[in-house]
Amino acid sequence: MPQPDSASLRHLTAAAGLAPGRFIADSRVRLGLADFLSDGTIALPLERFRGRSVLILCDRQLAFVRVLLQLDGIAARLVLCPSDFDFAHLPAVTAEAEIDAIVTDSADVTACMGSGMPITVCGHYPGEPEPARGTATEWILFTSGTSDRPKLVAHTLASLTGPLEDGLAQASDVVWSTFYDVRRYGGMQILLRGLVGGGSMVLSQADEPVADFLGRAGACGVTHISGTPSHWRRALMSAATDRISPRYVRLSGEVADQAILDNLAAAFPAAAISHAFASTEAGVAFDVGDGLAGFPAWLIDQAGAKAKAELRLENGSLRIRSGRTASRYLGNRGVLRGPDGFVDTGDMIEVHAGRCHFAGRREGVINVGGQKVHPEEVEAVINRLPGVRMSRVRGRPSPITGSLVVADIVMESSVGADSFKAMKAGILDACRAALPAHKVPAILQAVASLDIAASGKLVRRHA
Amino acid sequence: MTVRATVLGVIGEVAEQHDKHLAPLSDNLALLDSGLDSLCIAVLVAMLDDRLGVDPFANDNGALPVTVGDFITLYENAAA
Repeated sequence: MPQPDSASLRHLTAAAGLAPGRFIADSRVRLGLADFLSDGTIALPLERFRGRSVLILCDRQLAFVRVLLQLDGIAARLVLCPSDFDFAHLPAVTAEAEIDAIVTDSADVTACMGSGMPITVCGHYPGEPEPARGTATEWILFTSGTSDRPKLVAHTLASLTGPLEDGLAQASDVVWSTFYDVRRYGGMQILLRGLVGGGSMVLSQADEPVADFLGRAGACGVTHISGTPSHWRRALMSAATDRISPRYVRLSGEVADQAILDNLAAAFPAAAISHAFASTEAGVAFDVGDGLAGFPAWLIDQAGAKAKAELRLENGSLRIRSGRTASRYLGNRGVLRGPDGFVDTGDMIEVHAGRCHFAGRREGVINVGGQKVHPEEVEAVINRLPGVRMSRVRGRPSPITGSLVVADIVMESSVGADSFKAMKAGILDACRAALPAHKVPAILQAVASLDIAASGKLVRRHA
Repeated sequence: MTVRATVLGVIGEVAEQHDKHLAPLSDNLALLDSGLDSLCIAVLVAMLDDRLGVDPFANDNGALPVTVGDFITLYENAAA
């Protein structure tokens, strides 16, 4: 479907005004946005990519953003590979997305060689006139949070920029950053807020120590910053949160429990703290700024033009319909939204006293003797106890009840191994006071750390 | 500590944790009459796996102990 040239990312970025203070930075460079837009990146005429399905496979997020700005509005489809892309999936992704060109910043060019694709290395192609950008390019993002091969999710620039309608912080002195890779849905939201919203952007880098990233973000004057609750717990554990002084702190991608909200409010007393419900498939549905976990129940079943996204509960799970959802999965990977346009998020909701709380993921449920336990509800009880930094609740096979609940707990560094033994009884007491017996962990284990996937989410293995 | 003593000790711990009143334990007492429900027994098995390093139910032969004595014997045989 053709679109006006003015709807490409390049034009929207320029239309927000190229004030001299606007910049984009990564771990190596900081570039003025006006210069960044006028630099060529791709070592081929852009016309060669017209109508193609292009895999963008960049090590550096900065190189990726350059390619994105150049090819949006020209290519038919851009497939945005995150930093943890598994090359074993390349043949399947190539087939599913009908890839006919690869653009890379050459870090792993040899890995693409067997694919039979024309491979383009980032570089400079001089003297090219600005091409027409009338194509409504499809943006393909990878799902996160599963251990299987990610699904490919079809968005457009219009669906991805839908959440910017809230008008949040659209000023040239706003500096956005995120722990996320910008090729993930949560990171892309922040990149677009920076570029299209008229501000600046500080990119993260895979494998960069969190204290270094926070130091760099602080040096760039970051005002607005986002991450998953797991990202933020790791940041709090780094003891480097004093390196930034944001006005706005955002959480998304996982359930924000009361403990992480309280800890962030204590670490950043001057910041507005907001947690958003968003997923790659469902887009951003809403955000909550009252400092409390969960969201107000009146958001459910609001219909009509005023509701940015329509929310509905069906069989306990949250369904969302809005112009911000993805349209479909590529290939034969299931139905993304139903005939009525609602996306089933798979997030189970419980309503208490006018507030909706996330009980956990439908597929992550632990079945204890036929009774369901959502790991997140148990984690929420444990995480709010003093001395606890974070926890992961999982199932353990049991010959008697099918499964049992086990909690792996990361304690504050001040808590030694001996005191953990002493604290176990208190943790169990708190769980018993808050939860029915089958949800109380049968086993508590102290662990030094918990794995966080490249997507920024706690690694969970679904049995 | 013998396997028998460990098993009996952990039965006591589980009962206390779960606020269960234990019947006087004897080898002939049916496990489900001991005061422990099936969730408690599941927890007991998991705790004994951690303490003794054995899970006699792991090979999934389907035989579930009926009495406290059967239960202790299973662990004594598995730990031998």
